[in-house]
Parts: sequence; C-alpha cells; structure tokens
Amino acid sequence: MLDDFLVRATLAGIGVALAAGPLGCFVVWRRMAYFGDATAHAAILGVALSLALSISVFAGALAVALIMAVAVTLLAGRGYAMDTLLGVMAHAALAFGLVAVSFLNGIQLDLMAYLFGDILAVGRVDLAVIWAGALLVLGLLLWRWQALLTATLNQDLATASGINPAREQMALTLGLAIVVAVAIKVVGVLLIAAMLIIPAAAARPLSRTPEGMAVMAAGIGALSALLGMRGSYLYDTPAGPSIVAVAAVLFAVANLAGTVMRRGRRGA
Amino acid sequence: MSLVTASDLTVRLGGHAALSHVDFAIEPGEIVTVVGPNGSGKTTFLRAIIGALRPSSGRVERMAGLTMGYVPQGLSIDPTLPLTVARFLSLPRRRSSAEIGAALAQAGADALGARQMVDLSGGQFQRVLLARALLERPQLLILDEPTTGLDQAGSAAFYHQIDTVRQQLNCAVLMVSHELHVVMSASDRVICLNGHVCCHGTPDVVASAPEYRALFGSGTQGALALYRHDHDHHHHAEAAE
Repeated sequence: MLDDFLVRATLAGIGVALAAGPLGCFVVWRRMAYFGDATAHAAILGVALSLALSISVFAGALAVALIMAVAVTLLAGRGYAMDTLLGVMAHAALAFGLVAVSFLNGIQLDLMAYLFGDILAVGRVDLAVIWAGALLVLGLLLWRWQALLTATLNQDLATASGINPAREQMALTLGLAIVVAVAIKVVGVLLIAAMLIIPAAAARPLSRTPEGMAVMAAGIGALSALLGMRGSYLYDTPAGPSIVAVAAVLFAVANLAGTVMRRGRRGA
Repeated sequence: MSLVTASDLTVRLGGHAALSHVDFAIEPGEIVTVVGPNGSGKTTFLRAIIGALRPSSGRVERMAGLTMGYVPQGLSIDPTLPLTVARFLSLPRRRSSAEIGAALAQAGADALGARQMVDLSGGQFQRVLLARALLERPQLLILDEPTTGLDQAGSAAFYHQIDTVRQQLNCAVLMVSHELHVVMSASDRVICLNGHVCCHGTPDVVASAPEYRALFGSGTQGALALYRHDHDHHHHAEAAE
C-alpha cells in the first residue's frame, strides 16, 4: 500500500493535519497566528543551511524554526508590538533564506518545492519522520494539556496555581517548530500557517469545549488533506494549495452550519 | 506564622519603580485591603505576592505548601476559545461534577455550569471566578478589584458573598478595592499604597491618617473621592528622608 506515492502523500498530509489541528487551536486562542507564520518562514533559511552543510533538511529546518521561535519569545515585550516584531523577523528570515539559497552554487535546489511543498515526493522515510513528529507533538499537547489551557486563559491565574506560564509557552514553541519542520514537504513554508489556523478556525463554531475544538480541528485538517489530495489527483492541481483550499471551503461551510445551529437553538 | 511575607519589596516595570520598599505580612484568617489611586502599584503588588512578578530587590516569602485562590482583574477570554463554566472550573486540576456544583453554589453561581464563559454577565463572571478560586481550597484568597463593572447592588452582594465564603473556609483575604465604604467596614487592616506604603493599620487608623486624607480627601463615605484626589500630593514619608 505504501508503495503508491499517492497513498504516501495522503498519509503524510493526514499526519501533519492531526498535529497541526490541535496545536493550531492554541495558536488561534493565544493570537499567535503571526508567530506560526514567522516560524514557518524562518524554516526556508534552515533548508538553505542544511543543504549547504549536507545535513537533513528536517533537522536544519527544525533547528532554525526553534531558534526563531525562541528569539521571538525572548524579544517580545521589549519596545515593539508583537505583530511588528514578528513582521520584521518573519520576512527577514524568509529574505535571508532566499538569499542564502542563491549562494548554494552547484547544488540543485527546487525552491518551489520548499515554498509550496512537494507532497508527491514523500518517501517512506519522510512518512516515518512526519508521523513521528506529529505523534510527538500530540503527546506533548496531551501531557501538558491542562497546564497549557490554564496558561492560555490567564498567565497570573496559572502562576497562582503553581504553573509556570513561560514553560508552557516553551512547550508550544517546541511543538510549533516540530510541526513546521515536518510540514515543509507537505504544504511548503508559505502555507504551513494555513494548516495551523484554518482547521482550528473552522472547528470553532462547531465546538463547546476546548477538547471538542481540538478534535474537530484535527478532523477537519485530515479531511482537507484527504479531499485536497483527491482533487489534486483528479484535476492535476498542486497538492499543498489544494489541501489548503479545501480547508478554506470547510471553514466557510462550518461557519454557515454554526450560524444555522445557533438559529435553530434559539428558535427551539 | 504568616501566610505571605514581603520584606523591602521593590518591583521595577520597564525601568520605572512600580513598588518601592514595601513591607507586608498577612496572617491566617485576616482580611487585608489594599487601596490607592490608579497607577499606585496595587495590581503589581498582588502579582508580586502570587509570584507572577519577580522582585527587583527585597523578597516575597510564601508559607510552604500555601494554597492561593486568585481572582484576577479583567480576565478576558478570547472569543475563539469555547469554554463552558464547568470546564473552566476544571482548570488546572480536573474536578468532579459534585465538586464543581458545590463550588458554584458556594460562590452564588448555581446552575451556570453548562453556560459558555463568554455569555456570562459581569456579576456572573465574577462569581464563577470566585468559584474557581474556591476549588483550590485556598488558605489565602486574593482578589483584584473584584467588583469592577458591577453596579452598587451587585458589588454589595458580591462582597457579602466573599464574607460568607471566608467564614466557611476560614481563609485569609487579600484584596484590592476602590470601594472605600466597604473596605472601611469589612477589613481587619487597610494598606494605602501609592508606589510605596503611604500608611497602614486598622481602618480607623488609616482613615484618620494625613497621608490617606491627602490621597482620598477627608471623607471616606464616597468612592468618588478616589477619582477627585490630587496625584501631585505631598508625600510626608519622602519629605522626611
């Protein structure tokens, strides 16, 4: 079954979606959308560096994404508003990454594959790395769930209960870096943030509890991967953007459904 | 022994000393109220007490194993976060529905368990925050202007609830309030803060202290005095140094 590139690609997409959905809920709740973007854009620099140093692209992207995420966390609250800071960092990292790529003489690099993903080129090893990363992130979220949620609500509330909000923020940052690193092949650095935010946002109108929203986001993401891959195969469209396009349609449908449900409840 | 002791506590926020050389202790069962004008460091003080802010100098010592229930000021829940009242009360520790029901009843918020947090009124929201603090079985209940946004009847009812809860749990209460008439009648001790401790003591002592009068005017009957007072008042303590 895994011999079929289309099966591998679909499984890769579902793996990323399962981790990105619940993690994306925290990105949405904590208003870190730009943060996800910045981390993802920085990964292109990681790709360039790992090709120059002949190390695995996954390791390079993970390292740079992590450095980026930690740098932003440390710089936050020092005179610039968070969105300004992230705007500077995200685009600077992307620009430096693209410049660094141009220095890579003699190495054949298909830039588009990293910017928009190359899901059809996912091999067995890639698939294993993607699923290992996804399960690691899900395990991390499950382990820290209660503390993460409390710290997300209010940092002082968490502190008074003996939770260190900085440590929980670090756990999320780590999770984000891992998702970015494993998602490069699937959707590319430009659309990773979409896989974090759109399924979570689509799950919101259909949920009553944080857990419900996280599960729903994972489901919507997985469905997007499945339908996106199918559509990409049938209509010969690029895989990553197709997945994100399906997620966006599901977002619209979920909002309509949520409105209808609320009307129904009020009418009852 | 004291639940929390602050000695020579100084907290700097972005280079500006929000609190200078504050000495403070609270004993089990005591009700201590912090009053002071806007920007006088009241919230900073509470945040240093719970450990959310690190002292720039001096120290804050909490009794080993101290349980604190905290009701923050102006807790805003992002509308993208779906959260029922019952789920909120199960943070950070899972609680049984019996425990949740009991805490809601104790806080005067019965039958709100299934509601979404974002749909609550101001008074309901404050009671739910109180219920959550109670679930920690606090030895020290800390409230930061808990009646902000409530009308007079609502805030009177809320203070009454706090008093009932304190008698049931026998916990100490440390709160920031701008409702001077309530403060003066219900507190064991009052601390008047304006970057430093202006004056402190029993309500009678504080009410007649010149530092307090300089801040709030000579009468304690109206909360409006807080908004009328002159920020450029003369500090006796500093003048003496």
